[in-house]
Amino acid sequence: MLSQWGFVLILSAIAVIIPVAAIVLGHFLGPRRPDPVKNETYESGVETIGDTWVQFRAQYYLIGLIFLIFDVEVIFLFPIAVAYQNLSFFSVIAAVTFVVILILGLFLEWRKGALEWS
Amino acid sequence: MPELPFPLPPLPTAPQVVFIMIAVLAVIGSLTVVLARNLFHSALGLVAAFFGAAGVYIVAEAEFIGVSQVLVYVGAISTLITFAIMLTRGMMFGATSPRNRQSGTAAIITALTFVVLVALMRGIPWPQAGEPITDGQAIIAGLGFAFVNQYVIPFLLLAMLLLVALAGAIMLARDRK
Amino acid sequence: MNWSDALIQLQYNLGAPQELSWLVEGITYFIGAFVIANAALVLALLLIWITRKVVSRIQDRIGPNRLGPYGLFQTVADAMKLLSKEDIKPTSADTPSYLIAPVLSVMGVLMALAVIPFGAGLIGADLNVGVLYLVALGSIGIMAALMAGWGSNNKYALLAGFRVVAQLLSYEIPMVLAMFAPVLLVGTMRMQELSQAQSLYLGPINLGLGWFIFLLPGAFLIYFIAALAESEQTPFDLLEAESELIAGFHIEYSGMKFAMFFLAQFLNSFFLGAIAVALFLGGWQGPFAGQVPLLGPIYFLAKTFFIYVVIQWIKGTFPRVRIDQMMQFAWKVLVPLVLALILAQMIIMKLPLPGWINSLLVLVANIAVVLAVLNIMGNYFKREQVRSKRAFAPKSLIGTMQPVNSSAGD
Repeated sequence: MLSQWGFVLILSAIAVIIPVAAIVLGHFLGPRRPDPVKNETYESGVETIGDTWVQFRAQYYLIGLIFLIFDVEVIFLFPIAVAYQNLSFFSVIAAVTFVVILILGLFLEWRKGALEWS
Repeated sequence: MPELPFPLPPLPTAPQVVFIMIAVLAVIGSLTVVLARNLFHSALGLVAAFFGAAGVYIVAEAEFIGVSQVLVYVGAISTLITFAIMLTRGMMFGATSPRNRQSGTAAIITALTFVVLVALMRGIPWPQAGEPITDGQAIIAGLGFAFVNQYVIPFLLLAMLLLVALAGAIMLARDRK
Repeated sequence: MNWSDALIQLQYNLGAPQELSWLVEGITYFIGAFVIANAALVLALLLIWITRKVVSRIQDRIGPNRLGPYGLFQTVADAMKLLSKEDIKPTSADTPSYLIAPVLSVMGVLMALAVIPFGAGLIGADLNVGVLYLVALGSIGIMAALMAGWGSNNKYALLAGFRVVAQLLSYEIPMVLAMFAPVLLVGTMRMQELSQAQSLYLGPINLGLGWFIFLLPGAFLIYFIAALAESEQTPFDLLEAESELIAGFHIEYSGMKFAMFFLAQFLNSFFLGAIAVALFLGGWQGPFAGQVPLLGPIYFLAKTFFIYVVIQWIKGTFPRVRIDQMMQFAWKVLVPLVLALILAQMIIMKLPLPGWINSLLVLVANIAVVLAVLNIMGNYFKREQVRSKRAFAPKSLIGTMQPVNSSAGD
């Protein structure tokens, strides 16, 4: 079992080396004529005003939170799917209850308008 | 072959070498979290540390937990942390100093925790490495079976907890009108 | 026979010592990973060529036709051009995140190769958590987008990065839940077993046509829509909205660094198609694939290229959606429907009925979901059509004024 992850490890090493090699090759093959104007931040030809790292809307944070909760739910569901053939009907009802509680959460979000993207 | 006066230390096995690489990654990531001057770099260091933790789980043949670690911590929590950094305007400007008045206290507490952990680890009778697991699928199936049988009450309580977290998320993150 | 077992056996036959088994395994895996990763790079050139050809045919153009047969070498020439471009790094960029982002985005995509079953015994590593592994790789792409957006120190790049992350997060949930349906049916997360389960025996002969799409069309449709969003393809290619966001989170990237994002995007849509094939379209199964092993990879690639061409067809014909519509479609349509679907499947498969009635009920539930999704999408596009007609109708009165009927007052 571990040796299979060995393949993943070697593949990940190769998957890092390929883009690094390509970028390094491009760096040396391409011309190098640095220019202060060229290296400026691109903003449709206008000089940048103010800081890039402006404050963002809280909506993004909310989406992240909802995603986290559903992610955890999914992780609990997958082992149940693997064990599904051996489960009794009542165990399946327990799993269904788990999902139903989270559907309630989704409808709560919906009612409160957290899913609107204004 | 001439006899050596002392026995050579055994060569590390392949999983041990991999473990050392992963541990180095995790330690470098953790140090970046503490020492980086830029808050976003700290978040990236945290991601590296999370990957290290996932790697340790996988080397310990707990692949389901390892993958869950990547899914939840790298996918969701570090994104959330990055969003949180970008939502708090004051933190984005310039370099924040990694030191403040509490750094001395923190160092002492960290050192003490380290000592306690090392003492604990030396005291615990660690189980010997058994046979490598051949049927990892059965372990995952067993986990799923346990969720809805022995541990069905905690399992449903967990669903309630997630529901409460969802409700709390709305209260916290909704734009105040 | 597994490819790695065969290769390990070959090395022992060539005289590799038994005690160096870790080295032999390592060499085997290195060869496998090296071949497959480089094949993917060549594949990417082909994919870009297919996209150009299909889209230009839809737009009544010819597309690349000068270099090589059918313009096949056009993308090679383009890759050469990108290689010879100057490597520009904006002065104000945050160096570490700016440089790591393109590498991470390619890495996250290439690592999916490990669990794609190209044929019987032709899978890099048949992990026990194969399906979840694929989902976990998506989080590397999310990190890459965030790092590129933040590291570029460009307002548009950061805005696009945020949008992409919100999009990827929102569509990951319906995608995973749709992948859950075949896992529930077979009771395994191993990609190879999932492919094997899609066989159909007619007596002793494996027809290889027990594809899950025939039983779970609803799950397949939701997976496909979510995969379109995950690979940032039309109609969900908001980050490429040139008129609004200039180019997306990779606006500050040029030369090879830009090529890496480009490569990752094309490979990602191909691999998501390959996963759809493995989970829903029978993988390498097909008529006589059991008797002639060579047919397996051919079937697999043929199906995956078919899905890829369908994606390009959608790219050529569909309008782009707005961000609020896109987010609401994920959370208000796809997530509730796919949750209802897997709930129905979980209950129905445990009902004490004959197996074929259970399957029929699952199929009915899936068809209901397909009809619901198609109905919602149809209504949406009809509404948009009406709105755009209204928007482009002449607003000024100049063109529409009628001469006053002078005889009206008489």
